[in-house]
Amino acid sequence: MSTTRVIDKAEARRRRREARVQYLRDSFVLWRRNHLMVVGTAILVFLLLVAAFAPLIATHDPYAQTLADRLQPPSMQHFFGTDSLGRDIYSRVIYGSRVTLAIAFLVAVISTPLGMAIGVVSGYFGRATDEILMRLSDIFLAFPKLILAIAFAAALGPGVENAIVAIAVANWPSYARLARAETLAVRNNDYIQVIRSMGASNLRIMVGHITPMCLSSIIVRLSLDMGTIILTAAGLGFLGLGAQPPMPEWGLMVSDGRQFLVDQWWVSTLPGVAILIVVMGFNLVGDGIRDILDPHQRQS
Amino acid sequence: MFQYLLRRTVTLVITLLGIMVVTFFISLVIPVDPLASIAGPQAPQETVERLRELYGFDQPVYVQFGRYMNRLFHGDLGTSFQTGRPVLDDILHYFPATIELATVALVISILVGIPLGVLSAVYRNSSIDHFSRILSLIGVSMPVFWLGLVLLLIFYFKLGWFPEPGRLDIMLIEPPRVTGILLIDSLLARDLEVFWDALKHMALPAAVLGLYGLAGIARIVRSSMLDVLSAEYIKTARIKGLNEFLVLTRHALRNALIPAVTVIGLTYGGLLEGSVLTETIFAWPGLGRYLATAFLTLDLNAVVGGTMLVALTYCLVNLAVDLVYAFLNPKITLAEE
Repeated sequence: MSTTRVIDKAEARRRRREARVQYLRDSFVLWRRNHLMVVGTAILVFLLLVAAFAPLIATHDPYAQTLADRLQPPSMQHFFGTDSLGRDIYSRVIYGSRVTLAIAFLVAVISTPLGMAIGVVSGYFGRATDEILMRLSDIFLAFPKLILAIAFAAALGPGVENAIVAIAVANWPSYARLARAETLAVRNNDYIQVIRSMGASNLRIMVGHITPMCLSSIIVRLSLDMGTIILTAAGLGFLGLGAQPPMPEWGLMVSDGRQFLVDQWWVSTLPGVAILIVVMGFNLVGDGIRDILDPHQRQS
Repeated sequence: MFQYLLRRTVTLVITLLGIMVVTFFISLVIPVDPLASIAGPQAPQETVERLRELYGFDQPVYVQFGRYMNRLFHGDLGTSFQTGRPVLDDILHYFPATIELATVALVISILVGIPLGVLSAVYRNSSIDHFSRILSLIGVSMPVFWLGLVLLLIFYFKLGWFPEPGRLDIMLIEPPRVTGILLIDSLLARDLEVFWDALKHMALPAAVLGLYGLAGIARIVRSSMLDVLSAEYIKTARIKGLNEFLVLTRHALRNALIPAVTVIGLTYGGLLEGSVLTETIFAWPGLGRYLATAFLTLDLNAVVGGTMLVALTYCLVNLAVDLVYAFLNPKITLAEE
């Protein structure tokens, strides 16, 4: 006599959905309790809205030069004043949000899959493959990230696309490390053995069954890194190795205003405030996500 | 212990070889023809060809690579196109200024960061805790180049409390160079005026880097202090009537500082890279500014040499941190994994 209770598929699916809803509800409660994270989320939502509706929010064309109006102080006409070419700084900061978001998004899209692929392959095959790939990532980790990014940006030639590639190159090793550790943890689990005995190929196991297990820790790591990525991009712009004029990139704008610092303080400092606020938003949300996904927090 | 050291040294050597390969690769993809910058745009084709042979650019990549490695093993980093001096000399000339700045900044971040973290944990959720957490948040979120400009604007241009960017007033004569670290050299020469002036020049850039550094340190000290304070042995110490100050310093802080060591090491690495931006703003004649100019002008040998040196320093700091960590925490066996 078998005592196994048979649960039909529909029932199983319903329970799974319930569990997922419960998980999301708990997450929401944790999110609301964490005031700093609420502030961070608000900043990011604001940033997204500004980027999406930039043409409506901006008062001027960010590229339009009016030399007669150069270096005007902040006023009702120009909220943040104008720069040395008579461009409206407020509008340029607004449009700059698009540049910043695009850079952060592209770096994430390039570096995480790359790091994850290398880490999973390394952990799954082990032995020589692992040794070679991890030594390779050690070498990249031996450079301070900013220096490596600067070096690659300089080598590839200044420009925003190359800056994105350079930052991604400097960032992948930490994701590879993380993905490798997660892979090692699940590699010998029974369920993987079962799938293999059913005839799944290595590629299928890695893509379909191991990679999803790495996702959550990679996402946490990425959200914590977001602020640094934006700071690095702004730093490259500031040094002249990232975005090039006339692109309204915040780091570049800070650099442009340097020579007018004494008498026209707004040219340089106001775009910097934008960087500060956005990076703060990303850092608050990153810290919060880490806390929410932490099982210790969930129990209380 | 010995075995561990040996293994770490071997890994370090492998990593260093890797670093050389990566920097060679970087120098290879640099799009500018280095010959054009040596010979000048007007040079006749013949001269360029001669130079190409002279520098070995006509050879296949693997031959170039062999020559490059050979040069490195003989301690020859080549000549900087920009200064016309050997890169090694340049680096040795500029590096002490960076070390000086990063070290002073690290001292500031430790002296402020640790007490702040401790207070934050002891008076959890009080106003001092909020202050310290917001300061840390700003410290990690703020672009260093922007804070540098703001401080310059306020404290130099508007208030005039601190001197102009640079390392020393132009009217003062530098003391004889012994270590290259101005604060030490001026004391050795018994020149207090120079010492004082150097200190004032350092205040703003060190404050910028210090804020960045203290953020991480205060954060880790706070969280590890919170962990330690809930431990049983702290309760015991309190129950037996030890005064609170001794409980905090002698029992709690000692253990809480162990994880801080790692972060302090990482911070030093971060300060070295932050120096590229900070030195550019404060006209600080250090390696960071040298590197930034080298990158912008595509001064090949300087880029390769400087990057390599920074990476080497970074690796050595990491090794030192691991050793100190193992020394402080007997629970960690060095055999590892």
